[in-house]
Amino acid sequence: MWAIEAISLRKEYGRTVAVADLNLQVCQGEVFGFLGANGAGKTTTVKMLLGLVRPSAGQALVLGRRPGDPTAMAHIGFLPEHFRFHPWLTAADFLDYHARLYGMPAEERRRRIPELLERVGLAGWERTRLAKFSKGMLQRIGLAQALLNHPQVVFLDEPTSGLDPLGRREVRDLIRELRDAGVTVFLNSHMLGEVEAACDRVGIIRQGELIRVGTLEELAGGTLQVEIRARALTPELIAGLARWGRVVRQEGSERVLLETAEEEALPVIAAWLVENGARLYALTPCRRPLEDLFVQIVEGAQ
Amino acid sequence: MKVWLIAEMTFHEARQRRLVWIGALLGLLFLGVFALGYHYMYQDVSRYAGAFTTQVISAANGFALMGLYAVNFLGVMLAVIISVDTLSGEIASGTIHTIATKPLRRWEIVVGKWLGLLAMLSLFIVFLCAGLTLITWLIARHIPPNIMQGTALMILCGTVVMTLSLLGSTYLAALANGVVVLMLYGLAFAAGWMEEFGAIFQNTSAVRVGIVISLLMPAEAMWKRAAYLMQPGFLREFGMSPFGAGSAPSSAMVVYTLLYVLVILAAAVRLFQRRDL
Repeated sequence: MWAIEAISLRKEYGRTVAVADLNLQVCQGEVFGFLGANGAGKTTTVKMLLGLVRPSAGQALVLGRRPGDPTAMAHIGFLPEHFRFHPWLTAADFLDYHARLYGMPAEERRRRIPELLERVGLAGWERTRLAKFSKGMLQRIGLAQALLNHPQVVFLDEPTSGLDPLGRREVRDLIRELRDAGVTVFLNSHMLGEVEAACDRVGIIRQGELIRVGTLEELAGGTLQVEIRARALTPELIAGLARWGRVVRQEGSERVLLETAEEEALPVIAAWLVENGARLYALTPCRRPLEDLFVQIVEGAQ
Repeated sequence: MKVWLIAEMTFHEARQRRLVWIGALLGLLFLGVFALGYHYMYQDVSRYAGAFTTQVISAANGFALMGLYAVNFLGVMLAVIISVDTLSGEIASGTIHTIATKPLRRWEIVVGKWLGLLAMLSLFIVFLCAGLTLITWLIARHIPPNIMQGTALMILCGTVVMTLSLLGSTYLAALANGVVVLMLYGLAFAAGWMEEFGAIFQNTSAVRVGIVISLLMPAEAMWKRAAYLMQPGFLREFGMSPFGAGSAPSSAMVVYTLLYVLVILAAAVRLFQRRDL
């Protein structure tokens, strides 16, 4: 059973197609990054998967059940993009209310709430009203409410919005912890760096259409970039590198970025450079930044 | 049942927004002003009427009805204020997103909110009616007849308005919803008088128009029945007064109004279930 499954999922608002026949499967325990420009249909997709928005056509299943089914929702956590709250509630009361909505017994609530406040860095703020919280603190309490029920699937819509660098790192660590615990994470984010750091697979949506899904390696089209740092790199040597791939960038006469098809070519390239008189200091495989891939894929689809 | 949790939260919200306290304070102020006015009125009427007990009772009851009329009006206003953005506000702000994705059905959210608002409205009306009755008893040893039934009907009157406002809040923004509900109430108010004048002048067309509008919006009809029950028999014979009623909608109308509330609530549930959040 998939943790999340969308079958020809479609949403139209009048003549505008927000999401067009989206087919997607997310495995249990997977961290899935969902990327797209503003207005691409990411939030509408998440809302359909959670039962907040009714699809115009198609079907969504979360943990094998229709979105909105209380049996499934008992195992789902959600942090909305624009997380809003009841400002008159204290942090502890807010979590208590949401825990009661999950049907959590009083004894478990008494144990779980301080534990979560500690986990999101809000220990000591239990009795403070949410109205007095900063944006970052609200994001943290929102994360805490999404994790109250020990969820099997968590939807995080822009979880690092409003967080400082330290907070963003904590969220990345939290996502890793969730993955280690076997929790499925569906991550909507504009922060490509955090998606890159945390996600097993990525889906890219453009104008309502899912245009690519795969691991970062798959999205890169099976190519690998290698940074070569050497002295005595003659123009002939640089031209000679073309037999293993494409020279993407050259910085002076000592640094070259080569795109090659396979990792096995690396020792051969190193040996060839040394044999031909280059003084090789480093030959470093580097993953292509997700930002480059994203821009290339989205622009390529236009 | 999550319904009770939502009801509790709705009530808690009103308390935190100081609606309950402001309502209680203004209610006390209203009762204070009423007590003062009632005291002077009763003093003057007793002095001039002397032994004419009927006139004294008539005046005591007339002024009590005037107070109850104001309570009913305040109840209607409170019904609109507390419910006008109860769903639309949470939808617009996005607060609903974390609630509607919890393991509960959407009908539980609507019915829970309705119960919370009903509790608040009932408390307000019962508090004012009880206070007003205590004042009339302390000053004139007068208790309006059928005050319990009258209070229940006033709660039903406010409930009609509140439920319609809840229905509107599933789709309309607060301001538009408030305007629609108050206009409907105004229409029912005018229809109530049209029906009453029609009955006096035996104009069947006016009576029919009044009845049809009362069926569409039965809030004012409940006040008319409450007022009819809470005035002494001889005043009923006397005919209509600005705050009472010369004729009363039947018990069948009360049953109809209860069904009306249930149907409107069901419509609110249905609309909320179908809308995108």
